[in-house]
Amino acid sequence: MAKLDAKIPKGPIKDKWTNHKNHINVVNPANKRLIDVIVVGTGLAGGSAAASLAEMGYNVKSFCFQDSPRRAHSIAAQGGINAAKNYQNDGDSTYRLFYDTVKGGDYRSREANVYRLAEVSTNIIDQCVAQGVPFAREYGGLLDNRSFGGVLVSRTFYAKGQTGQQLLLGAYSAMSRQIGKGKIKMYNRHEMMDLVIVDGKARGIISRNLITGEIARHSAHAVVIASGGYGNVFFLSTNAMGSNTSAAWKIHKKGAFFANPCYTQIHPTCIPRSGDYQSKLTLMSESLRNDGRIWVPKNMKDVEAIRAGRIKPIDIKAEDRDYYLERRYPAFGNLVPRDVASRAAKERCDAGYGVNATGEAVYLDFASAIMRYGKEKAIIIHEPKASEARIQELGKKVIEDKYGNLFQMYEKITDDNPYETPMQIYPAVHYTMGGVWVDYNLMTTIPGCYAAGEANFSDHGANRLGASALMQGLADGYFVLPYTIGDYLASDIRTGEVSTSSPEFDEAEKAVKDRLNFFINNKGTKSVDHFHKRLGKVMWDKVGMSRNAQGLKEASDEIRIIKEEFWKDVMVPGDLNEFNQELEKAGRVADFLELGELFAKDALNRNESCGGHFREESVEPDGEQKGEAKRDDINFKYTAAWEWKGDSKDAELHKEELTFNDIELKQRSYK
Amino acid sequence: MALSGFFLLVFLLQHCTINFLSVISPASFNNVSHFMGTNPLVQFALQPVLAFGVIFHLAMGIRLELLNRSSRPIKYAMEKASENANWMSRNMIITGIMIFLFFGLHFYDFWFPELNTKFIMGDMSGLNPEGGFRYFEELQHKFIDPIRVGLYVISFIFLSLHLMHGFQSAFQSVGFRHNKYTPIIKKLGTLYAIAIPAGFVFIALFHFINH
Amino acid sequence: MTKNGMNLTLKVWRQKSDKDKGQIETYQVNDISEHMSFLEMMDTMNEQLISAGKEPVAFDHDCREGICGSCSLFINGEAHGPDRGVTTCQLHMRKFKDGDTIYIEPWRSKAFPVIKDLVVDRTGFDRIMSAGGFISVNTSGNTQDANSIPIAKDDADHAFDAATCIGCGACVATCKNASAMLFVSAKVSQLALLPQGKIEAKDRVLNMVEQMDAEGFGSCTNTGACEVECPKGISLDNIARMNREFMGASITSDK
Repeated sequence: MAKLDAKIPKGPIKDKWTNHKNHINVVNPANKRLIDVIVVGTGLAGGSAAASLAEMGYNVKSFCFQDSPRRAHSIAAQGGINAAKNYQNDGDSTYRLFYDTVKGGDYRSREANVYRLAEVSTNIIDQCVAQGVPFAREYGGLLDNRSFGGVLVSRTFYAKGQTGQQLLLGAYSAMSRQIGKGKIKMYNRHEMMDLVIVDGKARGIISRNLITGEIARHSAHAVVIASGGYGNVFFLSTNAMGSNTSAAWKIHKKGAFFANPCYTQIHPTCIPRSGDYQSKLTLMSESLRNDGRIWVPKNMKDVEAIRAGRIKPIDIKAEDRDYYLERRYPAFGNLVPRDVASRAAKERCDAGYGVNATGEAVYLDFASAIMRYGKEKAIIIHEPKASEARIQELGKKVIEDKYGNLFQMYEKITDDNPYETPMQIYPAVHYTMGGVWVDYNLMTTIPGCYAAGEANFSDHGANRLGASALMQGLADGYFVLPYTIGDYLASDIRTGEVSTSSPEFDEAEKAVKDRLNFFINNKGTKSVDHFHKRLGKVMWDKVGMSRNAQGLKEASDEIRIIKEEFWKDVMVPGDLNEFNQELEKAGRVADFLELGELFAKDALNRNESCGGHFREESVEPDGEQKGEAKRDDINFKYTAAWEWKGDSKDAELHKEELTFNDIELKQRSYK
Repeated sequence: MALSGFFLLVFLLQHCTINFLSVISPASFNNVSHFMGTNPLVQFALQPVLAFGVIFHLAMGIRLELLNRSSRPIKYAMEKASENANWMSRNMIITGIMIFLFFGLHFYDFWFPELNTKFIMGDMSGLNPEGGFRYFEELQHKFIDPIRVGLYVISFIFLSLHLMHGFQSAFQSVGFRHNKYTPIIKKLGTLYAIAIPAGFVFIALFHFINH
Repeated sequence: MTKNGMNLTLKVWRQKSDKDKGQIETYQVNDISEHMSFLEMMDTMNEQLISAGKEPVAFDHDCREGICGSCSLFINGEAHGPDRGVTTCQLHMRKFKDGDTIYIEPWRSKAFPVIKDLVVDRTGFDRIMSAGGFISVNTSGNTQDANSIPIAKDDADHAFDAATCIGCGACVATCKNASAMLFVSAKVSQLALLPQGKIEAKDRVLNMVEQMDAEGFGSCTNTGACEVECPKGISLDNIARMNREFMGASITSDK
């Protein structure tokens, strides 16, 4: 257990962070100029960290594989960002945000980290407004809030459905300023290929210039990994095509423990797959569930008729529809948390009631909401005798005002008009709560190597609440890492510039080149995507929304087979020293194959159901909650941190016991 | 471009107005023409400014076009420019050069003889041998030839196309854009771009028919 | 898969590197479902090329939901293809019909040199941003409270509308002058509309415009094509506002 010291400061939870900041070491401004920090990834966490560190005076080298730091996938976040500002006077507080986040994470996160997150959440909003982020405002000119993700207060700040974009562009602006000043050296279209460790400390990386193929060495006094999540291990997800786990996986293989890989968030409202050519899935904001009712037909003959195109969903009478969320969870209905809604959809589709050709879709129906809003509106505009058609017209207008851009996006993609016919939705992989294990200072188990944002595991436990990812990324990058990294770097001021001509750099560079050469020279018969799709299918079928021991064992075996075939038969066209997208993908999929296996291993180990991780063996046996997820706090109240031992199957488990001093553990119920 | 454009818009308006006098009242036309042709302020202050404005507008226009062309050294194999911008806005250089070429004819017809009469022959009287003002007579005389009239009419069509874009573009370039006023400016621009050239065309045809 | 997919002829720009001259090559793809996105059709073409032992066509893409701004194709003579208000990744094949010939070209601009095939270098945009596309405020846990300066809702909304620019470069690709005015003006406008951004507004507009010109983008002649093709509907209002800001700053600035 010595290896897993979370370094949680002593004292009452509300004072931990302040006390910690008061007592950690700081680097004097003159010395900061002599210190180099590498930041991999330019999303909310990486971008904000790079900008803040550069402002403080460190020399930052920032890396992204995209053509510009502004394209990191944080940009796609829709809903909003939580902060305990209590602007709405509805009783919000740091404690309440902390409590909601720990509970939402199904009591599998580290209390001290979550409290700090809630504490700095308010600073984020101040900082972003000062940067010119155009949050939504009320007519009085003050910031607007909305409620999100079923919590009881309105604490979500937003910029229409593009909050992630606006926050990221804010961080990108801050970065741009430092790039202009020369304090950040930006490496666009560069991929981190490996971490270099010298004398037990992270001292640099090997990068590949994606345009020229040039392999280069970069030294630093600390390395920050902010490369996002690993949802693309499922091939299909709401992640960007390029989102990958490689940077995180490289440091894992160099000694950083990987925590809770099985904690994956499957988002219930995504546009279903339309065919085998599908390359990615598109999220429809969770807010739609506030007004949409989810159903499938009750009778199999209607399902068949719909699939054959003989009838339309609107032809099915109300009594022949199964509003299964309302049936199973009368208290929360369509507003149950993401993991519950997703599993319920899978249950119906597995039973054969899926409503499209692939059998993987359920309806999200706005007809009731249209009528309800229409009637309300008719009263407001003094048309008590409005006809049904008029009420519908009024109702559609209300729905358009609320969700117009989402409805339009849906129609562009599917060619169906959701005002007239129910939307089809299905769950999709969206976010990964697991990630690189970090201590309270966000340092991994490798000294000098940090992980921030979705790449680390720290704050969301087994399930993430809506509008919390943006909060965590920016908290890590703006307000946590810039302080905690100084504590480590303070002892490094006499090191001087780190040389790249050391045996460690030689070795790392050689390993990178060997692997790239292997891909180019392998001349197999199958494309990288072929293997990625196969991996994704195994992950989705057996390590997806619902998992059992047998399936997980099978998955491990199957992934091993795919991995072996991959290394034998993968074909990477083109050359080493050129822009070669297949070569990029090959390296990433090779890492996903290893991660997938660890993922299954972790899921097998965790024989409980918690948050996004549902084990069929661990359900409530009887009573009102019969069949619902059952958490096992006696045996599994720990973070599973895996140490690399040469192969995913040999990974060694380390446990960080979670202690809850400020929150009482409870079973979640939505009945 | 926009500032010289504004200046030329004003010039065109007064040019058209004065010419229109030739339709309404040849006598006032003669008076005003004589004033414009002999007043030292007009001749030695405004006329050089106008010449500078025209040359500046032309030179800047050509320079802009060349720079802009060099901004895209390799052209698209397939480009559907008409899908997103109208012909006038994309071809200001063509309509502009056509108008400039027209100046050749126009100067040959009016400006050069004027210069010759006034400054080389030294006749500042503005009188014809019969003792009346010569301006109206000379004007009318030019519009006898149907080919010349035809060339004038075609040139004014180019002018109209140039103005269709130029008028409202000038406002946009100086940053004058407003939800309330921009639609009015656009309508005004269209009206101007039709009315002014149509006025010139009318004058040419009027004299062609009535000479 | 639909049973009766489309058969299409693709005329694709191929260019090995920035040093290569490049040319259009013709490929045939068959049985394309109308539900595919345009990039999925490109994926299909690439899988086909890889199986035939050829090099796949390089193109930029990432989020595939219209927000990252990576995708950048000039399709049949229009930036992001024939549909309006969408990026290439949101364009679906139902906009085409069986037997169509589709031209696929990279953005063309001196300031966006081709890296390979359909991939261009848009770092000029980053450099313009570095020249002034920010508010000079350091990270601090002690900035003033976010609600201490109220901002009129209209100003906040207009700033947001300008800020939705995804930096894809369709404006440059579309403009007959390869002008970057819409991109630059969107950022200038966003920050000029907010009280926080007004403080350094003059320097910002002068520096960003100077960098824009240095990058080799053309000048604006107000054809309005950029606004039509912009996948996010960024308005020409922004260009007018930048023109105002620029003139004002040029006249009154000390520099």
